[in-house]
Amino acid sequence: MRIPWEVTSLKSFRIVVLVVVSLFLLGLPLFTGQFISYLMLTFFAYAITVVGFNLLFGYTGLLSFGHALFMAVGAYTAAFLTSKFSVLYMEVILIVSVIVASILAALIGAICVRYIKIYFAMLTLAFGMLFYTFLLKFYYLTGGDEGMRVLRPYLLGFNFSEVPKMQFLTGSYYLYTFVILAILIFIMWKIISSPFGLCLKAIRDNPEKAEYLGVSVRKYRWYAFVISGAYAAVGGALLAPAIGQVDPGLTYWTHSGTLVFMTLLGGFENFFGPLIGGIVYIFLQDKIMSLTTYWRFIFGGILAFIVIAAPGGIAGVISSLAKRRKS
Amino acid sequence: MILSAQDLHKHYGEFCALGGVSFQINEGEFVSIIGPNGAGKTTLINVLTGLLKPNQGKVFFKDMEITGIGPERLSKLGLARSFQLVNIFPNFTVLEFLMVAIVSRLGKGKNFFSSLLRDQEVTGEALEVAKLFGLDEKKDMLTKNLPQGDKKMLDVASAFALHPEVILLDEPTSGVSTSDKNKIMETLVSASKKIGIKSIIQVEHDMDIVFSYSDRIIALHQGKILADGAPEKIEKDEEVVCTVLGQKECFKIFSSILNREN
Repeated sequence: MRIPWEVTSLKSFRIVVLVVVSLFLLGLPLFTGQFISYLMLTFFAYAITVVGFNLLFGYTGLLSFGHALFMAVGAYTAAFLTSKFSVLYMEVILIVSVIVASILAALIGAICVRYIKIYFAMLTLAFGMLFYTFLLKFYYLTGGDEGMRVLRPYLLGFNFSEVPKMQFLTGSYYLYTFVILAILIFIMWKIISSPFGLCLKAIRDNPEKAEYLGVSVRKYRWYAFVISGAYAAVGGALLAPAIGQVDPGLTYWTHSGTLVFMTLLGGFENFFGPLIGGIVYIFLQDKIMSLTTYWRFIFGGILAFIVIAAPGGIAGVISSLAKRRKS
Repeated sequence: MILSAQDLHKHYGEFCALGGVSFQINEGEFVSIIGPNGAGKTTLINVLTGLLKPNQGKVFFKDMEITGIGPERLSKLGLARSFQLVNIFPNFTVLEFLMVAIVSRLGKGKNFFSSLLRDQEVTGEALEVAKLFGLDEKKDMLTKNLPQGDKKMLDVASAFALHPEVILLDEPTSGVSTSDKNKIMETLVSASKKIGIKSIIQVEHDMDIVFSYSDRIIALHQGKILADGAPEKIEKDEEVVCTVLGQKECFKIFSSILNREN
């Protein structure tokens, strides 16, 4: 098949943008302060989570209001392994997080995907709050509201305990997290452009018709649920060493709301939308929090504005501006 | 016998939509189901395709009981349907739409990491189906932007893309201009021959279409079968003509009988 010139040039343009952005993010710690790099690091962890979250929300049409549960699973796995079992290898932590979260997501998902819309949202919220109560009440195991400490992990078998904390986080750990983010974004891109991804979009658009075309709607929703749960766990496990202390707030429903907010802010209809939303959210929150204690008030206003004026989020605004310039 | 219904009953509260419907469809038949509004035609299709469970009665497909097994498994067994009202994936292009059916028929839905667009088996077959239904020039258009007739055609085409043995079409020509109706029917018949569909069952209101394409007509009235037979036989059945075809046809037929007597 001959590919038209515009398509190839658009594709190479996108690749150039991706490479430039990646190099910029990789080199960022070299020319900014540690604090900016630290915020960027937390963004990487959230980015992995929202990319997975959007497989469920943007591509399958299921809005989970308890997705932070899986982030907490990843974060607590990191805490347990490092401070209770002295397992410090980050790779082991990541693998165990994915396994634990996948099993949990498989069980919770099997129940939740029987429902859609508000019922699905409320059920996932309920499971998130159930886990919150578990973390809070089983304090001899989880440390209750005090939470648990996360010790500094080994990266690829290397021990960084000699390096000062911030230097570790904005140095090797920054690079490590970025590489995992890049790999997971690539995998998600493959999933979205696969036959499986097509079936998910079909389910989002019209489940009844999809069922008649031989797509087993419930099973595919369940797959999407498990995959997005595993992504959130990786995000949580990577966030844990960055914050150094995990607490039950990680699975509180407002934290799930943060994930929804990031995705809406950036635009759930675009593959990169949630990433844009994540980065804007994190830096905006930092700015506004330093200006006023009423930052939630301002964020509420922003959310209302997006839903009313720009339902496509930032990515939606950018692409409609680009279209207008072209025509 | 490829599809059979045995004593199907379906109630919606007090209202009886189907009150004991039985018939057998044989291989190679083109069957039209006719009847006035509210006769239970769409309910019958919904029960046959497993969207609704009957209160009583059974459905068999190739000697296998399929009552209420659901649309997804039915499509894999070889029974597909199209819808009366436009039923599409609005944000899909025409080609993507057809690819959903082909992906599921080829069992490729669980390919999580392979590229869809580089799968030439899937894209090639989707293009073929699009050509068969005259949609190949619009293959990259978003389905929500298609004209009404094309949307309808696409819905039908996607059911054909499953390569079923039996297809149920719920008013394939409704909402389409009279001049286009024959064109659609010709396309359907030739496509079904090419794909190897064994039997077609359609619900249809347009009597010209019904009488010129069907091998057999089943007339429904108030949830019961009023008549079942070849078009020539149905045409002469005064009761069917009057209840199903309405007063206009009724008047025409009676006047022709009067003319003959005179």
